[in-house]
Amino acid sequence: MSLTSLLLIAFSAIVVENFIFSRFLGVCPFLGVSKQPATAFGMGLAVTFVITVSNFLTFEVNELILKPYGLEFLQTIAFILIIAVLVQLIEMFFKRYIPVLYHALGIYLPLITTNCAVLGAALLAVENYSTVLEATVFGFASAIGFLVALLIFAGVRERLVFAAPPRAFEGMPLALLAAGLCAMAFSGFSGIEL
Amino acid sequence: MKFSIGKLARDGLLDNNPVFIQLLGICSALAVTTSLTNGIGMGLAMTAILVCSNVFISLLRRFIPSQARIAAFIVVISTFVTMVDLLLKAYLPSLSESLGLFIPLIVVNCIILARAEAFASQNGVVASLFDGLFMGLGYTLALILISALRELFGSGSLYGVRILPETIPAVAFFQTPAGAFIALALVTAAARALIEKLKAAKAAKIKH
Repeated sequence: MSLTSLLLIAFSAIVVENFIFSRFLGVCPFLGVSKQPATAFGMGLAVTFVITVSNFLTFEVNELILKPYGLEFLQTIAFILIIAVLVQLIEMFFKRYIPVLYHALGIYLPLITTNCAVLGAALLAVENYSTVLEATVFGFASAIGFLVALLIFAGVRERLVFAAPPRAFEGMPLALLAAGLCAMAFSGFSGIEL
Repeated sequence: MKFSIGKLARDGLLDNNPVFIQLLGICSALAVTTSLTNGIGMGLAMTAILVCSNVFISLLRRFIPSQARIAAFIVVISTFVTMVDLLLKAYLPSLSESLGLFIPLIVVNCIILARAEAFASQNGVVASLFDGLFMGLGYTLALILISALRELFGSGSLYGVRILPETIPAVAFFQTPAGAFIALALVTAAARALIEKLKAAKAAKIKH
């Protein structure tokens, strides 16, 4: 396990296979909280924290409990329960010990359980990587990719407020068109083989 | 408990369509709609799970404590998702392969949790069954429209059969992620305009 290969995993997860623009994971919260850069940043940070920890936990649970007993078919159920419990624990921990973070990220935490980026990252890591370090780095980098996409799009969306589209395009369809243009920009990375 | 099947059908398919109006379940609507086969497969898998989870949660609604309801819903939903996942792997391996990650991800699809929370946990079993069925079909309808657009223009065929003549070049753009966002935007705008028209026509009819 060399540093280069970890860096390659990170680079590929952030830009080449960006969670939003190439894998379509976490698009619901992406459209939901991207109206202002400040909320987008808060949500992105909360997601980064949860995905990094959950990727570590789910990978270890898969290696130490599910695999030895041949229970891999329970992956989906086991992982979603781990994520739900983890999010709850993080919320309680922040509330008790780091109130500053709780006030900044608290309102986003309950939404994260049902963010498909979290479960998606856990399932992809188990499928593609063989060590817990790789899985955790992959989770962290994917989440950073999510954060970057969210910030870029929040900036774009602030300007959309001033647009006057045809009536049927008002709101979400216009946001989706803008997201399509951002995805086009990211597709410039898509040919890179790592 | 009184309910009208017609109203539930209209709600799920048009007035409150999960994709076009509520914008839920967008991730899978973008990811798997590269071909009509995938769109229909995903839509039907989703409908089956939605019906089962709605019925089951409605049956259990008096026993689930409200503080732990989200966790309870997720366990019920993920059980059905695992069953559908295993069935697809066994009997339709090629479809299972192309839908890939997005079958297990139905667990966290907002449509199912939203119906559990907003409808099944407050309504009777039969009403919940029809609500699940029509919401699922509304999602399927949306996926069919999006994937038909993407497959027709992206590769000139529908359901794997060539439709457009060879002289019209395929626009590979519609098969890319960026094309997915734009196809969804176009179909959503068209569907919204149509639904608005239908609503206005209905309102005018009532007035007379």
